[in-house]
Amino acid sequence: MIVPRPKEPIFYAALAAPYLIITLVSVPVLSGLLGTLLPALGYLPALGGNHFSLSAFTQLFAEPGITRSMLLSLWIGLAATIISTLSSAAILGAGFGTRSWAILTRFLSPILSIPHAAAAFGLAFIIMPSGFVSRIISPELTGWVNPPDVLIPNDPYALSLIFGLVIKEVPFLLLMLMAAVGQVDAQRSFNMSSALGYGRLAAFSHVLWPQLYRQIRIAVFAVLAFSASVVDVSLILGPTTPPPLSVNLVRWMNDPDLSYRFLASAGAMVQLALVILLFGLWLILERAGGGFRAYVALTGRRYANDSWLIKIIQFKAWLLTALVLSGIALLGLWSVSALWQFPDALPSGLTLSAWMRAAPSIASPLWATFVLGLLSSALATILCVLCLANIEKNATTYKVMALSLSLPLIVPQTAFLFGLQIAALKSGIGYGYGALILTHLIFVAPYVFLSLSHAWESLDPRYEQMSQALGKSRSRTLLAIRLPLMLRPILTAFAVGFAVSAGLYLPTLLIGAGRLPTITTEAVALASGANRRTIGVYAFLQSIIPFIGFALAFAMPAWLFRNRAAMQAA
Amino acid sequence: MSENTVPELGLQLESVSIVLGTRTLVSLTANVQSGEVLSVMGPSGSGKSTLLAFIGGFLDPHFSASGSVFIRGQNVTNLDASARHAGILFQDPLLFPHMSVGGNLMFAIPSSVKDKTARIAKAKAALEEMELGGCFDHDPARLSGGQKARVALARTLLSEPHALLLDEPFSRLDAALRSQMRELIFTRAKTLRLPVVLVTHDPEDAAAAGGQIIQIG
Repeated sequence: MIVPRPKEPIFYAALAAPYLIITLVSVPVLSGLLGTLLPALGYLPALGGNHFSLSAFTQLFAEPGITRSMLLSLWIGLAATIISTLSSAAILGAGFGTRSWAILTRFLSPILSIPHAAAAFGLAFIIMPSGFVSRIISPELTGWVNPPDVLIPNDPYALSLIFGLVIKEVPFLLLMLMAAVGQVDAQRSFNMSSALGYGRLAAFSHVLWPQLYRQIRIAVFAVLAFSASVVDVSLILGPTTPPPLSVNLVRWMNDPDLSYRFLASAGAMVQLALVILLFGLWLILERAGGGFRAYVALTGRRYANDSWLIKIIQFKAWLLTALVLSGIALLGLWSVSALWQFPDALPSGLTLSAWMRAAPSIASPLWATFVLGLLSSALATILCVLCLANIEKNATTYKVMALSLSLPLIVPQTAFLFGLQIAALKSGIGYGYGALILTHLIFVAPYVFLSLSHAWESLDPRYEQMSQALGKSRSRTLLAIRLPLMLRPILTAFAVGFAVSAGLYLPTLLIGAGRLPTITTEAVALASGANRRTIGVYAFLQSIIPFIGFALAFAMPAWLFRNRAAMQAA
Repeated sequence: MSENTVPELGLQLESVSIVLGTRTLVSLTANVQSGEVLSVMGPSGSGKSTLLAFIGGFLDPHFSASGSVFIRGQNVTNLDASARHAGILFQDPLLFPHMSVGGNLMFAIPSSVKDKTARIAKAKAALEEMELGGCFDHDPARLSGGQKARVALARTLLSEPHALLLDEPFSRLDAALRSQMRELIFTRAKTLRLPVVLVTHDPEDAAAAGGQIIQIG
């Protein structure tokens, strides 16, 4: 039966929304890839490259330390992803359904909203030789009266960097896993295998994990691509001589000598190849891991006495949480500290002088952060709402849209942002708010959609049917019933988008060409050797900005619906 | 099915057939006169609710259906749900949780009643009739189960439906409340001369309705 499409403008907009999302996300990514590939092959007429050649690659592989840079990227990507995936699996397995888990999940969104760079600075302030840990145990335990001369956080094996990535990727994967848990009949399959005598962790890994992993696979690949090509966290925590490949790339891309763009583009293509190689490696690891798990399952071993391991995992989960949050607190403390000598555990006094000093130069990046964040996430939220309000969900369109939305997560940023920057440079349209908002939208839209779609689909469809049966048109039903009932998830999705935008480093740096600095780009720029109080000011500000969004998303519905018991947060 | 009018008022189902994949769930022709009740009985999963969704205009696109639905002589088969004037009551009252009780009722009153005081008066009168006077500003979440069910009924009737579709509306109520609600709904429907389609798995519902009974599934 064909119910004719109602002639209501809002539904034509809804019909167009998925195509708009596909266009706004995939066109820049794909054309950016092409725009990076051409100069990598020597073709960029604007800079005098008129014929194809592989000289940029020859030059790249002749760079000192390039092999080590490439190996570092592979190592960081692989290590961070393996540790993050196994940790989040272990934490979910040990915690699922317990009270400790219920409390822990409340910290997930706030931790996730902290930009990578701020979390990295926080971690650095904790683990560096003159950091908080060292201060607490010195001089009593260590005898140190001066900070030891150890290369932390910028250790040559990138262990600090991997650690810094893990503390942010574990909450990301956990949040994805939580959404996945709702999709499978988790509690019952779990109870069933417990009844067969399996220990908690064995039951989890044999029964639940295979189902859950299938659903978060794309997120794991995103973690892999991100970790192997991350720039801002590398600048803060990563090795320096040589740095991971991505850091070199950005340095070349920003070189005043424009001929370096050929080298940078060739490097970005190598970066892409490395990520593809990692994806291949990961597919092998998936098979090997799955095979091993299946083999263990066939032995029928119950591993019933796993309470000691569960305790360790739960301790680790809380330790990670405490680490991130205390890192942020430490940033705040440093920003207001007066004299704070090693090995004193606390500053000698508090002062606002660092804030006063920074204040004049903070205003403009703060403004840029809010303009970019508010506009890009508003645009993304409106598009996603329209898209979900589409009544005739065409399966093919939705598949293409899901694919488009995953592109910016699995294609390394350098590989398409370089091409985009060159396009912006050539066409002269770039460098303004317009280009930057659209660039932010590429990264904001996937997370907004991810955050909103789950809640949207889980509303009882009978509310809308009831409204229509009462004679209300579809647009009236959307505005009077659907949107108010979705207010909390919509605002949360908006806050997620705002947090993503506020934390974006490389896209802001490249497409803004340094002319529209945000709090994030300013903070990362301080990584090499600025004083800790200034870093404290910027990084602390960076971590509380996204939090404002979440606080509003929580408070606004609570106030608006203060007299409606069923509308309060669960 | 080429005819757009039929002599009878009330509600007619003409060679209605609903198919899921290769399985035919429902296949029936029926005539429900104004003030009469048609009870459709069948086990869960038999497609009872699907039939109501088809009549109401919200059939899930996974199903394919043929046949026609006439309400008050008008072929509504291809009309949007909002234009069918088919009031529905589900198992759950589904009061809109973000509106007050009065807000829920005002939402249902047709927009042809323009004057605001008239709308409020109409909603308040409906509440009085349900013995819920004074609940106008209440939060629907704070009402008891029986009160919610009565507000839901009042809301649907205020929308001035031409037919009433009941999707097991008594199944979540306890025994005492159930007979009370049955009586209330069927009496109202009779007074308002509404044709009613009731789907249920409870023979007592069908018996209380007192009309024709069709068994499906």
